[in-house]
Amino acid sequence: MAIPYFPGCTLKTKATGLDSSTRATLAALGVELAELPDWTCCGTVFPLAQDNYMGMVAAARILINASKEDDGRLVTVCSFCYNVLKRVNYAIKNNEETRTKLTQYLEEEYAGETKLVHPLEVLRDDVGFEALQGKVNDKVKGLKVACYYGCMLSRPASEMQFDDEPENPTIMEDLVGAMGAEPVDFKYKTKCCGSYQVMKTYDLVVKRVREILEGATASGAQAIITSCPLCQFNLDWIQEKIAEEDSSFAKIPVLYFTQLLGAALDVPAEELGLDKHYVDPKALLKG
Amino acid sequence: MPEQKMVNIYIMGKQYEVPAGVTIMKAMEYAGYQFIRGCGCRGGFCGACGTVYRKPGDFRLYSGLACQLQAEEGMYLSQIPFYPANRSTYDLQELTPELSTILKHYPEVTRCLGCNQCTKICPQGLNVMDYIAAAQRGDIEKAAHLSFDCIMCGLCVSRCPAEIVHYNVGILCRRLYGRHIIPKAQHLAKRVEEIKSGKFDEELNKLMSMGQEELTKLYDDRDMEQ
Repeated sequence: MAIPYFPGCTLKTKATGLDSSTRATLAALGVELAELPDWTCCGTVFPLAQDNYMGMVAAARILINASKEDDGRLVTVCSFCYNVLKRVNYAIKNNEETRTKLTQYLEEEYAGETKLVHPLEVLRDDVGFEALQGKVNDKVKGLKVACYYGCMLSRPASEMQFDDEPENPTIMEDLVGAMGAEPVDFKYKTKCCGSYQVMKTYDLVVKRVREILEGATASGAQAIITSCPLCQFNLDWIQEKIAEEDSSFAKIPVLYFTQLLGAALDVPAEELGLDKHYVDPKALLKG
Repeated sequence: MPEQKMVNIYIMGKQYEVPAGVTIMKAMEYAGYQFIRGCGCRGGFCGACGTVYRKPGDFRLYSGLACQLQAEEGMYLSQIPFYPANRSTYDLQELTPELSTILKHYPEVTRCLGCNQCTKICPQGLNVMDYIAAAQRGDIEKAAHLSFDCIMCGLCVSRCPAEIVHYNVGILCRRLYGRHIIPKAQHLAKRVEEIKSGKFDEELNKLMSMGQEELTKLYDDRDMEQ
Protein backbone atom coordinates (compact mmCIF):
# COMPACT_ATOMS: atom_id res chain seq x y z
CA MET A 1 0.00 0.00 0.00
CA ALA A 2 1.23 3.49 -0.81
CA ILE A 3 2.29 5.86 1.97
CA PRO A 4 0.97 9.46 1.73
CA TYR A 5 3.73 11.76 0.53
CA PHE A 6 4.28 15.51 0.82
CA PRO A 7 6.93 16.62 -1.71
CA GLY A 8 7.14 20.33 -0.82
CA CYS A 9 7.50 23.27 -3.20
CA THR A 10 11.28 23.10 -3.69
CA LEU A 11 11.05 19.52 -4.88
CA LYS A 12 8.79 20.71 -7.70
CA THR A 13 11.21 23.44 -8.79
CA LYS A 14 14.90 23.58 -7.87
CA ALA A 15 15.23 20.11 -6.36
CA THR A 16 13.29 17.90 -8.78
CA GLY A 17 16.09 15.33 -8.52
CA LEU A 18 15.35 14.85 -4.83
CA ASP A 19 11.67 14.23 -5.63
CA SER A 20 12.20 11.80 -8.49
CA SER A 21 15.07 9.92 -6.83
CA THR A 22 13.11 9.55 -3.59
CA ARG A 23 10.09 8.10 -5.36
CA ALA A 24 12.17 5.86 -7.62
CA THR A 25 14.53 4.44 -4.98
CA LEU A 26 11.73 3.70 -2.54
CA ALA A 27 9.69 2.12 -5.37
CA ALA A 28 12.70 -0.04 -6.26
CA LEU A 29 12.55 -1.32 -2.69
CA GLY A 30 8.82 -1.97 -2.81
CA VAL A 31 7.66 1.19 -1.01
CA GLU A 32 5.17 3.26 -3.01
CA LEU A 33 4.55 6.93 -2.23
CA ALA A 34 1.21 8.60 -3.02
CA GLU A 35 1.43 12.39 -3.31
CA LEU A 36 -1.30 14.17 -1.32
CA PRO A 37 -3.95 15.35 -3.83
CA ASP A 38 -3.85 18.99 -2.72
CA TRP A 39 -1.16 20.64 -0.67
CA THR A 40 0.32 24.05 -0.01
CA CYS A 41 3.72 25.29 1.09
CA CYS A 42 4.48 23.93 4.60
CA GLY A 43 5.51 27.40 5.79
CA THR A 44 9.26 26.71 5.35
CA VAL A 45 10.32 27.79 8.82
CA PHE A 46 8.77 26.94 12.17
CA PRO A 47 7.64 30.21 13.78
CA LEU A 48 9.96 31.59 16.42
CA ALA A 49 7.05 32.81 18.53
CA GLN A 50 4.99 30.04 20.16
CA ASP A 51 1.76 31.91 19.59
CA ASN A 52 2.32 32.63 15.90
CA TYR A 53 -0.51 30.27 15.00
CA MET A 54 -0.93 31.72 11.53
CA GLY A 55 2.53 30.41 10.70
CA MET A 56 1.42 26.91 11.68
CA VAL A 57 -1.93 26.76 9.90
CA ALA A 58 -0.60 25.45 6.58
CA ALA A 59 1.44 22.69 8.22
CA ALA A 60 -1.48 21.74 10.46
CA ARG A 61 -3.78 21.42 7.45
CA ILE A 62 -1.27 19.21 5.64
CA LEU A 63 -0.99 16.94 8.67
CA ILE A 64 -4.78 16.80 9.03
CA ASN A 65 -5.27 15.98 5.35
CA ALA A 66 -2.69 13.21 5.71
CA SER A 67 -4.55 11.84 8.73
CA LYS A 68 -7.59 11.31 6.50
CA GLU A 69 -5.64 8.84 4.36
CA ASP A 70 -5.73 5.29 5.67
CA ASP A 71 -2.04 4.82 6.30
CA GLY A 72 -1.57 6.98 9.38
CA ARG A 73 1.85 8.11 8.22
CA LEU A 74 3.11 10.99 6.09
CA VAL A 75 6.45 10.85 4.31
CA THR A 76 8.42 13.97 3.50
CA VAL A 77 12.06 14.16 2.51
CA CYS A 78 13.03 17.84 2.38
CA SER A 79 14.71 18.61 5.70
CA PHE A 80 12.93 21.96 6.01
CA CYS A 81 9.46 20.50 5.38
CA TYR A 82 10.26 17.62 7.71
CA ASN A 83 11.32 20.02 10.45
CA VAL A 84 8.28 22.31 10.14
CA LEU A 85 5.71 19.51 9.86
CA LYS A 86 7.20 17.54 12.71
CA ARG A 87 7.41 20.53 15.04
CA VAL A 88 3.89 21.70 14.27
CA ASN A 89 2.65 18.16 14.88
CA TYR A 90 4.56 18.11 18.15
CA ALA A 91 3.02 21.43 19.18
CA ILE A 92 -0.48 20.19 18.36
CA LYS A 93 0.13 17.02 20.33
CA ASN A 94 1.74 18.58 23.39
CA ASN A 95 0.43 22.11 23.66
CA GLU A 96 -3.27 22.31 24.37
CA GLU A 97 -3.57 25.97 23.47
CA THR A 98 -1.87 25.46 20.11
CA ARG A 99 -4.08 22.45 19.42
CA THR A 100 -7.25 24.34 20.31
CA LYS A 101 -6.34 27.42 18.28
CA LEU A 102 -5.39 25.47 15.17
CA THR A 103 -8.22 22.94 15.20
CA GLN A 104 -10.84 25.59 15.92
CA TYR A 105 -9.60 27.72 13.06
CA LEU A 106 -9.43 24.79 10.68
CA GLU A 107 -12.67 23.30 12.06
CA GLU A 108 -11.17 19.85 12.32
CA GLU A 109 -10.67 17.29 15.06
CA TYR A 110 -6.97 16.52 15.27
CA ALA A 111 -4.56 15.79 18.10
CA GLY A 112 -1.33 15.00 16.25
CA GLU A 113 -2.22 11.45 15.16
CA THR A 114 -0.29 11.61 11.87
CA LYS A 115 3.10 9.96 12.16
CA LEU A 116 5.57 11.99 10.15
CA VAL A 117 8.35 9.82 8.76
CA HIS A 118 11.48 10.63 6.82
CA PRO A 119 12.56 8.29 4.00
CA LEU A 120 15.70 7.55 6.04
CA GLU A 121 13.39 6.13 8.71
CA VAL A 122 11.37 4.24 6.09
CA LEU A 123 14.61 2.70 4.82
CA ARG A 124 15.68 1.73 8.34
CA ASP A 125 12.32 0.59 9.71
CA ASP A 126 10.31 -0.65 6.72
CA VAL A 127 12.93 -1.85 4.27
CA GLY A 128 15.64 -2.62 6.84
CA PHE A 129 19.34 -1.94 6.33
CA GLU A 130 20.18 -5.64 6.49
CA ALA A 131 17.67 -6.47 3.77
CA LEU A 132 19.06 -3.59 1.72
CA GLN A 133 22.54 -5.13 1.72
CA GLY A 134 21.32 -7.98 -0.43
CA LYS A 135 19.76 -5.68 -3.03
CA VAL A 136 22.55 -3.29 -3.97
CA ASN A 137 24.98 -3.46 -6.90
CA ASP A 138 28.70 -2.66 -6.81
CA LYS A 139 28.40 0.90 -8.15
CA VAL A 140 29.07 2.67 -4.88
CA LYS A 141 31.13 -0.10 -3.28
CA GLY A 142 33.99 1.32 -1.26
CA LEU A 143 33.03 4.92 -2.11
CA LYS A 144 33.98 7.19 0.78
CA VAL A 145 30.97 9.27 1.77
CA ALA A 146 30.54 12.16 4.22
CA CYS A 147 26.99 12.19 5.66
CA TYR A 148 25.79 15.74 6.15
CA TYR A 149 22.70 16.21 8.32
CA GLY A 150 22.74 19.99 8.67
CA CYS A 151 20.46 21.66 11.21
CA MET A 152 16.94 20.67 10.36
CA LEU A 153 16.78 16.89 10.54
CA SER A 154 17.55 16.31 14.18
CA ARG A 155 17.11 19.57 16.03
CA PRO A 156 15.60 20.60 18.36
CA ALA A 157 16.06 17.09 19.71
CA SER A 158 13.07 16.98 22.05
CA GLU A 159 10.67 17.92 19.25
CA MET A 160 12.30 16.13 16.32
CA GLN A 161 13.04 12.80 18.03
CA PHE A 162 14.87 11.82 14.89
CA ASP A 163 17.86 9.80 15.96
CA ASP A 164 19.23 8.58 19.27
CA GLU A 165 22.04 11.12 19.21
CA PRO A 166 20.76 14.45 17.87
CA GLU A 167 24.26 16.01 17.81
CA ASN A 168 25.83 12.90 16.34
CA PRO A 169 23.18 11.06 14.34
CA THR A 170 24.24 7.88 12.54
CA ILE A 171 21.25 6.81 10.47
CA MET A 172 22.80 8.01 7.19
CA GLU A 173 26.12 6.31 8.02
CA ASP A 174 24.22 3.07 8.63
CA LEU A 175 22.50 3.47 5.28
CA VAL A 176 25.78 4.20 3.50
CA GLY A 177 27.29 1.10 5.09
CA ALA A 178 24.34 -1.00 3.92
CA MET A 179 24.91 0.26 0.36
CA GLY A 180 28.44 -1.12 0.48
CA ALA A 181 29.97 2.35 0.56
CA GLU A 182 32.14 3.64 3.35
CA PRO A 183 31.00 6.43 5.69
CA VAL A 184 33.86 8.67 6.81
CA ASP A 185 34.22 10.24 10.23
CA PHE A 186 32.88 13.73 9.58
CA LYS A 187 32.86 16.19 12.42
CA TYR A 188 30.93 18.87 10.52
CA LYS A 189 27.90 16.67 9.96
CA THR A 190 25.45 18.73 12.01
CA LYS A 191 27.04 22.15 11.45
CA CYS A 192 24.82 24.74 9.79
CA CYS A 193 25.65 25.47 6.12
CA GLY A 194 24.47 29.07 6.49
CA SER A 195 21.05 28.29 5.10
CA TYR A 196 19.19 31.21 3.52
CA GLN A 197 21.68 33.64 5.02
CA VAL A 198 23.34 33.09 1.64
CA MET A 199 20.99 35.82 0.39
CA LYS A 200 22.09 38.35 3.01
CA THR A 201 25.55 37.53 4.29
CA TYR A 202 27.07 35.74 1.35
CA ASP A 203 30.73 35.98 2.41
CA LEU A 204 30.04 34.47 5.80
CA VAL A 205 28.21 31.55 4.22
CA VAL A 206 31.01 30.94 1.72
CA LYS A 207 33.47 30.75 4.61
CA ARG A 208 31.24 28.33 6.49
CA VAL A 209 30.57 26.15 3.45
CA ARG A 210 34.26 25.96 2.64
CA GLU A 211 34.98 24.77 6.17
CA ILE A 212 32.41 22.00 5.81
CA LEU A 213 33.62 20.98 2.34
CA GLU A 214 37.27 20.91 3.32
CA GLY A 215 36.36 19.01 6.47
CA ALA A 216 34.74 16.35 4.29
CA THR A 217 37.70 16.17 1.91
CA ALA A 218 40.15 15.98 4.81
CA SER A 219 38.21 12.98 6.12
CA GLY A 220 38.89 11.27 2.82
CA ALA A 221 35.35 11.66 1.47
CA GLN A 222 34.75 11.46 -2.29
CA ALA A 223 31.15 12.65 -2.00
CA ILE A 224 28.83 14.37 0.46
CA ILE A 225 25.20 13.31 0.91
CA THR A 226 22.30 15.27 2.37
CA SER A 227 18.50 15.35 2.43
CA CYS A 228 18.19 19.14 2.42
CA PRO A 229 17.70 21.09 -0.83
CA LEU A 230 19.14 24.25 0.70
CA CYS A 231 22.23 22.50 2.11
CA GLN A 232 22.68 20.81 -1.27
CA PHE A 233 22.45 24.13 -3.08
CA ASN A 234 24.81 25.97 -0.75
CA LEU A 235 27.41 23.18 -0.63
CA ASP A 236 27.25 22.58 -4.39
CA TRP A 237 26.85 26.01 -5.99
CA ILE A 238 29.32 27.82 -3.76
CA GLN A 239 32.11 25.44 -4.87
CA GLU A 240 32.01 27.11 -8.27
CA LYS A 241 32.60 30.47 -6.63
CA ILE A 242 35.41 29.17 -4.41
CA ALA A 243 37.11 27.49 -7.38
CA GLU A 244 36.96 30.73 -9.40
CA GLU A 245 39.05 32.47 -6.76
CA ASP A 246 41.25 29.57 -5.70
CA SER A 247 42.35 27.16 -8.40
CA SER A 248 43.82 24.77 -5.83
CA PHE A 249 40.40 24.11 -4.32
CA ALA A 250 39.38 20.45 -4.68
CA LYS A 251 35.70 20.11 -5.65
CA ILE A 252 33.56 17.37 -4.19
CA PRO A 253 30.14 16.23 -5.51
CA VAL A 254 27.16 16.88 -3.21
CA LEU A 255 24.34 14.38 -3.68
CA TYR A 256 21.00 13.62 -2.14
CA PHE A 257 21.18 10.34 -0.24
CA THR A 258 18.43 9.05 -2.50
CA GLN A 259 20.58 9.65 -5.58
CA LEU A 260 23.45 7.63 -4.14
CA LEU A 261 21.09 4.85 -3.08
CA GLY A 262 19.34 4.97 -6.45
CA ALA A 263 22.64 4.44 -8.25
CA ALA A 264 23.28 1.43 -6.01
CA LEU A 265 19.85 0.05 -6.96
CA ASP A 266 20.19 0.59 -10.74
CA VAL A 267 17.49 3.25 -10.78
CA PRO A 268 17.47 4.80 -14.30
CA ALA A 269 19.67 7.91 -14.61
CA GLU A 270 16.79 10.18 -15.66
CA GLU A 271 15.05 9.49 -12.35
CA LEU A 272 18.16 10.21 -10.33
CA GLY A 273 18.25 13.75 -11.73
CA LEU A 274 22.02 14.13 -11.71
CA ASP A 275 22.12 16.78 -14.45
CA LYS A 276 21.28 19.77 -12.28
CA HIS A 277 24.38 19.57 -10.09
CA TYR A 278 27.10 22.21 -10.29
CA VAL A 279 29.84 19.73 -9.38
CA ASP A 280 29.16 16.80 -11.71
CA PRO A 281 28.66 13.60 -9.70
CA LYS A 282 28.09 11.30 -12.69
CA ALA A 283 31.67 10.00 -13.07
CA LEU A 284 31.61 8.94 -9.44
CA LEU A 285 28.55 6.76 -9.90
CA LYS A 286 29.61 4.84 -13.02
CA GLY A 287 30.73 1.97 -10.80
CA MET B 1 -53.99 39.35 -6.24
CA PRO B 2 -52.25 37.78 -3.24
CA GLU B 3 -50.30 40.10 -0.99
CA GLN B 4 -46.57 40.35 -1.81
CA LYS B 5 -44.48 38.74 0.92
CA MET B 6 -41.75 41.10 2.14
CA VAL B 7 -38.42 40.57 3.92
CA ASN B 8 -36.18 42.92 5.89
CA ILE B 9 -32.59 43.32 4.80
CA TYR B 10 -29.83 45.71 5.89
CA ILE B 11 -27.87 47.44 3.16
CA MET B 12 -24.72 49.00 4.58
CA GLY B 13 -26.41 48.99 7.98
CA LYS B 14 -29.73 50.55 7.03
CA GLN B 15 -32.91 48.50 7.17
CA TYR B 16 -35.10 48.14 4.07
CA GLU B 17 -38.24 46.15 3.43
CA VAL B 18 -37.98 44.45 0.05
CA PRO B 19 -40.06 41.82 -1.81
CA ALA B 20 -39.19 38.22 -0.92
CA GLY B 21 -37.64 36.14 -3.66
CA VAL B 22 -35.82 38.88 -5.53
CA THR B 23 -32.05 39.00 -6.00
CA ILE B 24 -29.91 41.25 -3.85
CA MET B 25 -29.39 43.47 -6.86
CA LYS B 26 -33.11 43.85 -7.47
CA ALA B 27 -33.65 44.38 -3.75
CA MET B 28 -31.12 47.20 -3.73
CA GLU B 29 -32.79 48.80 -6.74
CA TYR B 30 -36.16 48.40 -5.04
CA ALA B 31 -34.67 50.17 -2.01
CA GLY B 32 -33.69 53.08 -4.23
CA TYR B 33 -30.11 52.38 -5.22
CA GLN B 34 -29.16 53.11 -8.79
CA PHE B 35 -26.18 51.17 -10.13
CA ILE B 36 -23.61 53.07 -12.11
CA ARG B 37 -20.82 50.66 -11.09
CA GLY B 38 -21.08 47.31 -9.29
CA CYS B 39 -23.44 45.93 -11.89
CA GLY B 40 -22.66 44.41 -15.26
CA CYS B 41 -24.08 41.40 -17.01
CA ARG B 42 -26.75 40.54 -14.41
CA GLY B 43 -26.12 36.95 -15.42
CA GLY B 44 -23.46 35.78 -12.98
CA PHE B 45 -20.54 36.02 -15.37
CA CYS B 46 -18.95 39.45 -15.26
CA GLY B 47 -17.92 39.51 -11.59
CA ALA B 48 -18.93 43.13 -11.04
CA CYS B 49 -21.32 42.59 -8.12
CA GLY B 50 -19.40 40.67 -5.47
CA THR B 51 -21.28 40.95 -2.19
CA VAL B 52 -20.54 39.98 1.41
CA TYR B 53 -23.16 39.43 4.07
CA ARG B 54 -23.89 38.05 7.50
CA LYS B 55 -26.98 36.40 8.92
CA PRO B 56 -28.42 37.08 12.37
CA GLY B 57 -26.92 34.90 15.10
CA ASP B 58 -24.19 33.51 12.82
CA PHE B 59 -20.57 34.63 13.07
CA ARG B 60 -19.68 33.52 9.56
CA LEU B 61 -19.08 35.86 6.67
CA TYR B 62 -20.89 34.76 3.50
CA SER B 63 -20.46 35.88 -0.06
CA GLY B 64 -22.34 35.83 -3.33
CA LEU B 65 -23.03 37.75 -6.49
CA ALA B 66 -25.75 40.36 -6.02
CA CYS B 67 -27.30 39.46 -9.37
CA GLN B 68 -27.57 35.76 -8.49
CA LEU B 69 -28.31 35.53 -4.80
CA GLN B 70 -31.77 35.91 -3.28
CA ALA B 71 -32.27 38.48 -0.55
CA GLU B 72 -33.15 36.71 2.70
CA GLU B 73 -34.73 37.91 5.93
CA GLY B 74 -32.18 39.52 8.24
CA MET B 75 -29.27 39.70 5.78
CA TYR B 76 -26.66 42.31 6.61
CA LEU B 77 -24.92 43.03 3.34
CA SER B 78 -22.53 45.24 1.49
CA GLN B 79 -21.35 45.11 -2.06
CA ILE B 80 -17.62 45.08 -2.70
CA PRO B 81 -17.73 45.78 -6.40
CA PHE B 82 -14.11 46.81 -6.64
CA TYR B 83 -10.98 46.15 -4.65
CA PRO B 84 -7.61 47.75 -5.45
CA ALA B 85 -5.40 45.23 -7.22
CA ASN B 86 -2.12 45.62 -9.04
CA ARG B 87 -1.93 44.10 -12.48
CA SER B 88 1.36 43.31 -14.15
CA THR B 89 1.89 44.23 -17.81
CA TYR B 90 3.48 41.63 -20.05
CA ASP B 91 3.79 40.41 -23.60
CA LEU B 92 2.42 36.88 -23.46
CA GLN B 93 4.33 35.78 -26.54
CA GLU B 94 7.62 36.53 -24.82
CA LEU B 95 6.88 34.81 -21.52
CA THR B 96 8.02 31.30 -20.64
CA PRO B 97 5.63 28.99 -18.78
CA GLU B 98 7.66 28.52 -15.63
CA LEU B 99 7.81 29.52 -11.99
CA SER B 100 10.25 32.39 -12.56
CA THR B 101 7.65 34.12 -14.75
CA ILE B 102 5.07 34.01 -11.98
CA LEU B 103 7.57 35.18 -9.38
CA LYS B 104 8.70 38.03 -11.61
CA HIS B 105 5.18 39.38 -12.12
CA TYR B 106 3.57 38.43 -8.81
CA PRO B 107 6.36 37.74 -6.28
CA GLU B 108 3.87 38.13 -3.42
CA VAL B 109 2.46 34.61 -4.06
CA THR B 110 5.27 33.25 -1.89
CA ARG B 111 3.81 35.18 1.06
CA CYS B 112 0.80 32.84 1.17
CA LEU B 113 0.28 31.55 4.72
CA GLY B 114 -2.33 28.97 3.80
CA CYS B 115 -5.12 30.62 5.81
CA ASN B 116 -7.64 29.58 3.13
CA GLN B 117 -9.79 32.72 3.47
CA CYS B 118 -9.66 33.19 -0.33
CA THR B 119 -11.27 29.79 -0.86
CA LYS B 120 -13.89 30.46 1.82
CA ILE B 121 -15.02 33.76 0.30
CA CYS B 122 -15.03 32.68 -3.37
CA PRO B 123 -18.63 32.98 -4.69
CA GLN B 124 -17.68 30.58 -7.48
CA GLY B 125 -16.66 27.91 -4.97
CA LEU B 126 -13.14 27.63 -6.38
CA ASN B 127 -10.18 26.22 -4.46
CA VAL B 128 -8.39 29.53 -4.65
CA MET B 129 -5.71 28.66 -2.08
CA ASP B 130 -4.88 25.49 -3.98
CA TYR B 131 -4.39 27.30 -7.27
CA ILE B 132 -2.13 29.84 -5.60
CA ALA B 133 -0.22 26.91 -4.04
CA ALA B 134 0.12 25.33 -7.48
CA ALA B 135 1.31 28.64 -8.98
CA GLN B 136 3.79 29.04 -6.14
CA ARG B 137 5.49 25.81 -7.13
CA GLY B 138 5.34 26.41 -10.87
CA ASP B 139 2.50 23.96 -11.59
CA ILE B 140 0.93 26.30 -14.16
CA GLU B 141 -1.31 23.64 -15.66
CA LYS B 142 -2.94 22.86 -12.31
CA ALA B 143 -3.31 26.56 -11.47
CA ALA B 144 -4.94 27.15 -14.87
CA HIS B 145 -7.44 24.32 -14.43
CA LEU B 146 -8.32 25.14 -10.82
CA SER B 147 -8.86 28.83 -11.61
CA PHE B 148 -10.77 28.27 -14.85
CA ASP B 149 -14.18 29.38 -13.54
CA CYS B 150 -12.86 32.58 -11.94
CA ILE B 151 -14.99 35.61 -12.79
CA MET B 152 -12.49 38.03 -11.24
CA CYS B 153 -14.89 39.55 -8.72
CA GLY B 154 -11.95 40.26 -6.42
CA LEU B 155 -13.45 39.09 -3.12
CA CYS B 156 -10.42 36.79 -2.58
CA VAL B 157 -8.15 39.81 -2.82
CA SER B 158 -10.16 41.62 -0.15
CA ARG B 159 -9.54 38.79 2.32
CA CYS B 160 -5.86 38.00 1.77
CA PRO B 161 -3.48 38.72 4.67
CA ALA B 162 -0.56 38.20 2.28
CA GLU B 163 -1.92 40.87 -0.10
CA ILE B 164 -1.93 38.49 -3.07
CA VAL B 165 -4.02 39.36 -6.13
CA HIS B 166 -5.23 35.84 -6.78
CA TYR B 167 -7.29 36.40 -9.89
CA ASN B 168 -4.47 38.12 -11.74
CA VAL B 169 -2.17 35.20 -10.90
CA GLY B 170 -4.90 32.85 -12.12
CA ILE B 171 -5.36 34.59 -15.45
CA LEU B 172 -1.59 34.73 -15.98
CA CYS B 173 -1.46 30.95 -15.46
CA ARG B 174 -4.38 30.35 -17.84
CA ARG B 175 -2.75 32.54 -20.48
CA LEU B 176 0.60 30.78 -20.09
CA TYR B 177 -1.16 27.44 -20.28
CA GLY B 178 -3.19 28.35 -23.35
CA ARG B 179 -0.37 29.98 -25.24
CA HIS B 180 2.65 27.90 -24.28
CA ILE B 181 1.68 24.57 -22.72
CA ILE B 182 -1.30 22.92 -24.42
CA PRO B 183 -0.44 21.37 -27.78
CA LYS B 184 -1.47 23.39 -30.82
CA ALA B 185 -4.56 22.10 -32.64
CA GLN B 186 -3.15 20.32 -35.69
CA HIS B 187 -6.47 20.24 -37.55
CA LEU B 188 -6.78 24.00 -37.22
CA ALA B 189 -3.31 24.62 -38.63
CA LYS B 190 -4.13 22.26 -41.51
CA ARG B 191 -7.38 24.05 -42.28
CA VAL B 192 -5.69 27.46 -42.21
CA GLU B 193 -3.16 26.14 -44.71
CA GLU B 194 -5.95 24.84 -46.94
CA ILE B 195 -7.68 28.23 -46.88
CA LYS B 196 -4.42 30.02 -47.66
CA SER B 197 -3.69 27.72 -50.57
CA GLY B 198 -7.07 28.58 -52.11
CA LYS B 199 -8.81 25.25 -51.66
CA PHE B 200 -12.18 26.91 -50.98
CA ASP B 201 -11.85 29.92 -53.34
CA GLU B 202 -13.84 28.41 -56.20
CA GLU B 203 -16.73 27.39 -53.94
CA LEU B 204 -16.83 30.78 -52.22
CA ASN B 205 -16.70 32.69 -55.51
CA LYS B 206 -19.61 30.59 -56.74
CA LEU B 207 -21.67 31.54 -53.68
CA MET B 208 -20.72 35.21 -54.02
CA SER B 209 -22.02 35.35 -57.55
CA MET B 210 -25.42 33.77 -56.74
CA GLY B 211 -28.64 35.76 -56.52
CA GLN B 212 -30.82 35.82 -53.43
CA GLU B 213 -33.37 33.38 -54.82
CA GLU B 214 -30.71 30.83 -55.72
CA LEU B 215 -29.01 31.22 -52.31
CA THR B 216 -32.32 30.79 -50.45
CA LYS B 217 -33.06 27.59 -52.35
CA LEU B 218 -29.57 26.26 -51.64
CA TYR B 219 -30.00 27.10 -47.96
CA ASP B 220 -33.42 25.48 -47.69
CA ASP B 221 -32.23 22.33 -49.43
CA ARG B 222 -29.04 21.96 -47.38
CA ASP B 223 -28.15 18.67 -45.70
CA MET B 224 -29.35 18.66 -42.13
CA GLU B 225 -28.06 16.42 -39.39
CA GLN B 226 -30.97 14.80 -37.57
